[in-house]
Amino acid sequence: MAGTADSDRRVGWYRQMWTIRLFEEKVQELFMSGLIQGTTHLCQGQEAVSVGSISAMQPGDVQTNTYRGHGEALALGMTPETGFAELMGRSAGGSKGVGGSMHFIDTSLGNIGANAIVGAGLPIAVGAALSFKLQGKPHGALTFFGDGATNIGTFHEALNMAAVWKTPVVFIITNNLYGEYSPQMTTTATKDLARRADPFGMPGIIVDGQDVDVVHREVSAALERAKAGEGPSLLEMKTYRYRGHSRTDPAKYRAPGELEAWKLRDPIDILGAKLAEEGLLSADAQQQVRTEVQAAIDAAAERAAQSPVLTLEETRQYVYAD
Amino acid sequence: MSTLTEAAPVATTEPEEVELTYREAVNAALEDAMAEDPTVVLMGEDVNADGGVFKTNIGLPERFPGRVMPTPICENGFMGVALGMSITGMRPIVEIMFADFLPTAGDAIVNQLPKYRYMSGGQFTVPVTVRVMSGGGGRFGTQHSATAESWYMAQPGMRIAAASSSQAAYELLRASIRNNDPVLFFEHKALYPRKGPVRRGTIADVGTAKVLREGNDVTILATLLMVERSLQAAEQLAAEGISAEVIDLRWVRPIDLPTIEASVAKTGRLVIAEEQWHEGGWGATVISELAMRGTPWKSAPRAVSLPHDLLIPYSPTLEDEMLPSVDRIAAAARESVGR
Ligand SMILES: Cc1ncc(C[n+]2csc(CCOP(=O)(O)OP(=O)(O)O)c2C)c(N)n1
Ligand SMILES: [Mg+2]
Repeated sequence: MAGTADSDRRVGWYRQMWTIRLFEEKVQELFMSGLIQGTTHLCQGQEAVSVGSISAMQPGDVQTNTYRGHGEALALGMTPETGFAELMGRSAGGSKGVGGSMHFIDTSLGNIGANAIVGAGLPIAVGAALSFKLQGKPHGALTFFGDGATNIGTFHEALNMAAVWKTPVVFIITNNLYGEYSPQMTTTATKDLARRADPFGMPGIIVDGQDVDVVHREVSAALERAKAGEGPSLLEMKTYRYRGHSRTDPAKYRAPGELEAWKLRDPIDILGAKLAEEGLLSADAQQQVRTEVQAAIDAAAERAAQSPVLTLEETRQYVYAD
Repeated sequence: MSTLTEAAPVATTEPEEVELTYREAVNAALEDAMAEDPTVVLMGEDVNADGGVFKTNIGLPERFPGRVMPTPICENGFMGVALGMSITGMRPIVEIMFADFLPTAGDAIVNQLPKYRYMSGGQFTVPVTVRVMSGGGGRFGTQHSATAESWYMAQPGMRIAAASSSQAAYELLRASIRNNDPVLFFEHKALYPRKGPVRRGTIADVGTAKVLREGNDVTILATLLMVERSLQAAEQLAAEGISAEVIDLRWVRPIDLPTIEASVAKTGRLVIAEEQWHEGGWGATVISELAMRGTPWKSAPRAVSLPHDLLIPYSPTLEDEMLPSVDRIAAAARESVGR
């Protein structure tokens, strides 16, 4: 099943998923101490979607994501220190502290957008893909968005344009079953969102978003198809977010036992079990990874807090380029 | 859709003056910009068919194969696409068929194009030009007649140009396309057939207004179609011994206050001629800015605008009455000098 990715890479994914998980946990903690303010939208539980998808990208490929984008940003290689600095509003942040939690962006890593407007990242990814096609570059684009975003106009507009122009783009729904506090079925007239690909004549594929190997395989295949000129795809990742929508949301709307049931299929555990069984990473070694990652996260947060804050006047240069 | 390959040959001739309609001037600016820079593409609804809806794009699809791209009817979507192209090495020009459709792309205009660079800490440049066909007088009715040049003027990160003549259309459009920030570029539908001299190759300065007629008694400040009407009003006034200075604002954001201030310092009187409601527009902003600077008025500033609390009707008789006329502009100037 993991035939497309070599063993070292999968061990790397395991570490990356822990990095995302523990980064997000640390964010929660830093909130309590007041070092991070405003709001955050955390992605614990969805790590396999971020890591499995991003690992399908080749150099030159790009992606857009959302306000719940720490997972993708870290999977792309943004360091936890850069992320924490951004969250603390400091100049060592990827967006110089101007962006905040909802805008983890690093063009040098192919992260060309983290949008706070639901659905806005899709046309931008289509535009990047169209640009590659027009310029004869061999790259493609991924775009991440939620189940709730499949109800906004830009979703339908973007899928239509991508299909008409056959742009090398892959649409990835991170279906965590809720849009803010609303369960999918209370807002959305389609059960399996992958079916929303049908009217656009593109493949719509349901993917087990808890299994990083499966995610990687499906996104790789879709991206290859797209780059080969065979058109875009819509992938629906069935997954779950462990935390509420944002910092202030205790997620009381969940059915009893729902969270616990999903935790039985935790994406880190699933990969961990496979790595142990295949003799690639023992239970002890996995514990070691977790310990190391935790230490790195703690140290990164410490360092980030030392970074200076820009002056308002210094941010003026980011308004206009000319 | 074909693939971009080589740069088209660049026109190297010296700027020489030619007589062009405003429509041809827009076309010439598009052609020269596309010839100069192979990353420039033109996209929008029906842009490639029959010269586009207002025939501004004649000849471009043939000269630049694959670079004049028709889009589906989804303004917000294709403006987002243009943004995505602009941050990956291209310089798209987006055509909006009627200014009235801009709000359907409200998110792209307000939250994406002007903010994308800022919220990334300066990682992006967003060289998107949005060409907007605007203005009344065409009997297009309530939802197809807006000028809209003030709708988004309060938004940092966006620049806004408005073209009043063939030369202005040419040089402002060239400047907008070359600019590395998003620009809303307003064309006026009633001006397309007007003829005027154009120096091809000229690129306008960003953010400067232009004094088109010098005068001492009253300053008339206008955009788009109202510039022509203000110049005609100034002729009338001259015959009566009133010397009017006419300024074409050209850029609604940033507004060239120094040029306006210098003129009003001389005349002490101001008439705003605007094809929009006065509330919340550039005219109100100019008067407010001058007031805050303690401008010594000889008489209160005046605005000739769309009548308060009325909308633009279809009926040709009524539409003509609605839009600021030469006579209304002249009358306001007369009042301001106490005649
Ligand atoms: C256009 C727009 N409308 C509303 C919001 C407020 N909002 C932020 S996230 C969200 C829910 C989106 O749900 P989904 O697409 O499923 O993504 P998830 O948050 O679950 O990752 C809403 C309504 C917004 N940011 N943008
Ligand atoms: Mg959701």
